[in-house]
Amino acid sequence: MSANEISVAVENLTKRFGSFVAVNNVSFEAHRGEIFGFLGPNGAGKSTTIRILCGLLTPTSGKARVAGIDVAAEPEAVRQQIGYMSQKFSLYNDLKVIENLRFFAGLYNVPSADLSGRLEWALRMAGLEGRDQSYTRELAVGWKQRLALGCAVLHRPPIVFLDEPTSGVDPISRRQFWELIQEMVAEGITVFVTTHYMDEAEYCNRLVLIDRGRIVAMGTPTELKTRSMRGQILLVDCEPLGPALEALQHAPGVLDAAVFGNSLHAVVADPAAAIPQIKQAMAAQGLRLSRIEPIPPSLEDVFVGLTAGREIKPGGTA
Amino acid sequence: MNLRRVLAMARKEVIQIRRDPRSLMVIFAMPIFQLFIFGYGVNLDIKHIPLCVYDRDGTQTSQDLLKQFQATEYFDITQVVESYRDLVRNIDHGTCRVAVVVPPRFTEHLNSDGKASAQALLDASDSNTANIGMGYALGIALAYAARVQVDWQQRQGLPPSVPVVTFQSRTWFNEDLESMANIVPGVVALVMAVVGAFLTSLTIAREWERGTMEQLISTPVSKLEIEIGKLVPYFFIGITDTALCAWAAVRWFDVPFRGSWTVMFGCSVLFLIVVLSLGYLISVVAKSQLAASQAALLTTFLPAFLLSGFIFPIDQMPTVVQWITRVLPARYYVAILRNVFLKGTPVRLMTGDVTALALIAAISITLATRAFQKRLG
Repeated sequence: MSANEISVAVENLTKRFGSFVAVNNVSFEAHRGEIFGFLGPNGAGKSTTIRILCGLLTPTSGKARVAGIDVAAEPEAVRQQIGYMSQKFSLYNDLKVIENLRFFAGLYNVPSADLSGRLEWALRMAGLEGRDQSYTRELAVGWKQRLALGCAVLHRPPIVFLDEPTSGVDPISRRQFWELIQEMVAEGITVFVTTHYMDEAEYCNRLVLIDRGRIVAMGTPTELKTRSMRGQILLVDCEPLGPALEALQHAPGVLDAAVFGNSLHAVVADPAAAIPQIKQAMAAQGLRLSRIEPIPPSLEDVFVGLTAGREIKPGGTA
Repeated sequence: MNLRRVLAMARKEVIQIRRDPRSLMVIFAMPIFQLFIFGYGVNLDIKHIPLCVYDRDGTQTSQDLLKQFQATEYFDITQVVESYRDLVRNIDHGTCRVAVVVPPRFTEHLNSDGKASAQALLDASDSNTANIGMGYALGIALAYAARVQVDWQQRQGLPPSVPVVTFQSRTWFNEDLESMANIVPGVVALVMAVVGAFLTSLTIAREWERGTMEQLISTPVSKLEIEIGKLVPYFFIGITDTALCAWAAVRWFDVPFRGSWTVMFGCSVLFLIVVLSLGYLISVVAKSQLAASQAALLTTFLPAFLLSGFIFPIDQMPTVVQWITRVLPARYYVAILRNVFLKGTPVRLMTGDVTALALIAAISITLATRAFQKRLG
């Protein structure tokens, strides 16, 4: 049981739908017992990749091995080794909580001796103890997601694929959900998770940034933040936001600029030189600058720097 | 194949059927509804045709002729008119389908020339009724003519001439020529087409539509286990409905049952396999409940209704249509049902129909099993 045991190995994976390339020559490895994140905007190819890994889609070219099994060749052998939670809620709303659990326990052929223990475990995990007779459609989204996770792991699979498990879930439920994922990983389960929430990527041991079907960066969150940035980040508070962004993008010394909440982030090569230049440019436009200071980059900065930046400044250093 | 997985599928399906009012309606109310609609509503017996008479002769003889019409159960004299205008109005309004006109000097002609003619007018907008009405009217006229002749011969002191050839007809299998006995066994086929194909057509489409299919096919359950698990509940429902309809046919509608129940249920199982497979196949291909249910009705219910011989006899259809009916499972099943109910035909005399049905069953279940793939897109 080495820590470097490879759970998921993907090599030059490509998936085309007609002329559209959803996944473009992607390669990566996920190790046993880690949270492996797939981070990217909607339509980046995250769901397509995860569906290929679960044997639900056939790749156009390339290889994908899950638990050492070639997915395209033996999808059924892979399915007993994995748990999958699709992006859209996909349990039966017209079934009761316990009926959904029993149904999936039957499909996964959970041994009879384990059955009641596993059902209790799943109810406890989902926070649905005593609500096993509730109709699934009556549950709030957070509970539904945890029940779906419970159904997907009733058979104790070594690898779990979660496709945007927290989308549309309130912040408290999101945090609870990530705690569950961390508990599973502590038991040696590999969790492969996609998300478009940048803050969630911080939970991952390793992650891949994907954009328009291509991998743009890969590594631990820390590695990505330190290595993948081509400059430093300046936080800029300025009113009004729209014209300020415009001015910032054209200010001298600024490689890239984007909106983050109520503030602006600017990528600069040399903060000491750039700060006075930016102040001057803003003043020239008659914009009120209330704050400008260097900050450590977030993953969102990394992502924007690696992807959107290419569009904003096609002639840039990227 | 793993029995636990099949049972898990079947159990889930039963729970969903139980909680779906639409399915319950189709299972319980629809067969009863169809039995009564077709048992009572579709009456192909033509009796009590409303008749209008216009007697322009007004003699004992002409009244005698018209009385013959009143004496049969085929006609009811509902109107006696005094003018052509009234007669036309009655036919126009549909208060009469047939009108008989006795012309002036009918009796006089009869007595002097030894022959006379009366007129029958028929509303042929319903050609079937008109045809049959004409036949009845002719028969009555002929019988009357024969009696007049015999009377005349007696008055002349001649020996009565005896008709050379007569027919003594007896109707077999449906002695009273009740169309109900003909229709009701066919309803069994109709009910099964709806229960079998319509309900199953929703089962896979519903999973796609609600997004549950993606989760389902990510599990180790095989496509054969999905198919069997999903179809077994509908199979039992179909067999129960068949038994219900057969029981009602015999007990309620007094349709004779002369054949073997084993043959009847054996063939029902074959037909059920066909309609279940078709419904499943449609469901797999359609991926939307609306499209699937419409396709199911179009491919099973309509042919069973129109082209199976259920109401319209196949040998009266155009040759091309007759050829088309040969690929329709309902055609063979309806033929078997009628034979088993009314004639008590032993299975060895129905090998053609039974083989055809079994062949179609084998083809459709193979197609259904092959069509479903555990893949998205």
